[in-house]
Amino acid sequence: MTSDTLEARRSGRTYAFPMSRIVIFVIAVAILALVPAGATALHMPSVTGFATQVLIYAIAAMSLNLILGYGGMVTFGHAAFFGVGGYVLGILYQHSAQRSAFLALVPGTDNLAVALLAAVLIGAATAAVIGSLSLRTRGVPFIMITLAFAQMLFFLFVSLKTYGGDDGLMMRRRDVVPFVDARDDISYYLICLTLAVGWLVLTWCLVRSRFGAVLSGLRQNERRMMAIGIAPYRYRLVAFVIAGAGAALAGALMANYLRFVSPDMMHWTKSGELMMMVILGGAGTLFGPILGAAAMLALETALAAYTENWQFYLGIILLAVVMTTRGGLSALLDRASGR
Amino acid sequence: MTSPMLELRGVCKRFGGLTATDDVSLAISPGELHAIIGPNGAGKTTLLNQVAGELRHDAGAILLDGHEIGTLPPWERVGRGLARTFQITQLLPDETVLDNVTLAVQVQRGHSFRFFADARSDPDAHAQATQFLQDVGLAASASVRVADLAHGERKQLELAVALATRPSLLLLDEPMAGLSFVESQHMVALLRRLKGRVTMVLVEHDMDAVFALADRISVLVYGRVMATGSSDDVRANPAVRTAYLGEDGD
Repeated sequence: MTSDTLEARRSGRTYAFPMSRIVIFVIAVAILALVPAGATALHMPSVTGFATQVLIYAIAAMSLNLILGYGGMVTFGHAAFFGVGGYVLGILYQHSAQRSAFLALVPGTDNLAVALLAAVLIGAATAAVIGSLSLRTRGVPFIMITLAFAQMLFFLFVSLKTYGGDDGLMMRRRDVVPFVDARDDISYYLICLTLAVGWLVLTWCLVRSRFGAVLSGLRQNERRMMAIGIAPYRYRLVAFVIAGAGAALAGALMANYLRFVSPDMMHWTKSGELMMMVILGGAGTLFGPILGAAAMLALETALAAYTENWQFYLGIILLAVVMTTRGGLSALLDRASGR
Repeated sequence: MTSPMLELRGVCKRFGGLTATDDVSLAISPGELHAIIGPNGAGKTTLLNQVAGELRHDAGAILLDGHEIGTLPPWERVGRGLARTFQITQLLPDETVLDNVTLAVQVQRGHSFRFFADARSDPDAHAQATQFLQDVGLAASASVRVADLAHGERKQLELAVALATRPSLLLLDEPMAGLSFVESQHMVALLRRLKGRVTMVLVEHDMDAVFALADRISVLVYGRVMATGSSDDVRANPAVRTAYLGEDGD
């Protein structure tokens, strides 16, 4: 019964977007845009950096939510694309700094826009390869194959000594953008905010489009979809590629923010973390992954300040939230606002 | 003599040592309502699944309107004009009744790689879907979520969704199963209205419904067609009486 009402809430919320919600949305974005100013005024500059990371993880979690939440594809290798995006930016930066070329063919760049575009394209291409093979399976085999691909990439980058191997790749400075001082923390925060909002709007368009209806239909009943003439594989693959591109965008933003990329970005624990963000926030909801990313990072930061064994307490809290809210923070928020 | 809408030529299907479909040949004319009856485990649903493409037959040929469809995946067979309903209803539980049908209407009109326009602001598709719901008598429940729908209504919705793909051949897998007497009567009336507009293959245990609706009946026993003919022929056939009707005890 509870699951039924939750489903009702979910299907209602997924598509409906009345005027009042748009107003709330605009206000929320405006408040987020003022975070750096507030942080400076309160002499808490680290808040801007924290918020930047939240936004970047939010993009990654939103991209995973498209396939996990809406599409019902339980992938355990999403961090692969996050890491690939990071490495694209890192490698391009290194070649730019060394005035060399990738495979002696592709020159490097320290232009953020070019690097992000490259990350998105290569992330999409990687997802196309991994997806085209793994989406031939379903359920547990699908989980294992996506995990296996992510681990293969992890060990590939561990063994790539040219690009730092195990130690990862350091960047001396952040990438630049024409006309904007992207090396400034506040400007970079605003760039990340713009891209996160952009990805949110893209996701919103996708899930209420005919493509989204098919994707969600495949999650609910694949036999039914085949019986009305849908070839499941193609639609799932396109969703998988879009999700891979989104995770790569987030990975590149994160690498640029930290000026560091390492194989840890694509470790299976990172895939698990992204999954937790989605489930904690509310899988198959528009804003859930953003809430999940913020909550996860806030908990990590707060708990790590208290104890070395913070992961233990994090686990307990996550368990409690997921078990009691049945639908994540997003469902909790909806109930609180009486919807 | 018009060419058959559906033709099966020596269709065989084996699961290990079990022969589920044994050299089945059938020809069903356009507009015909052809019932397939037989005891439980006779392979009726298995045969339907092979025609629909969920199962691949081992030998033989399946022709829809003169074209071989036996090698096509299920969704391409739908594109060729084949639709089916399921014995155990297969619907989208999170969506409303109307959305279930609208989606089928939209898929029928072309591919769904449309990423930006709102799928629900498609008045034309809604209008068509509403029409199909009216046809099956479900228009009043258009905005009800499928998960909240009663069993009988789900059976009606199955039919509406199948019709929304605008089929020339409709495979009906036990549409009366689990229906009350009244609901069953309603479904019979519904199928009778469809007769002639769509060619139908009806797998059904409800003999009253079968004899009321079918132009011709095939009796399937152990995967083999034991007899094909009008309802009177089949009722009179002694082998059928022993193998099937007699066992039913009526």
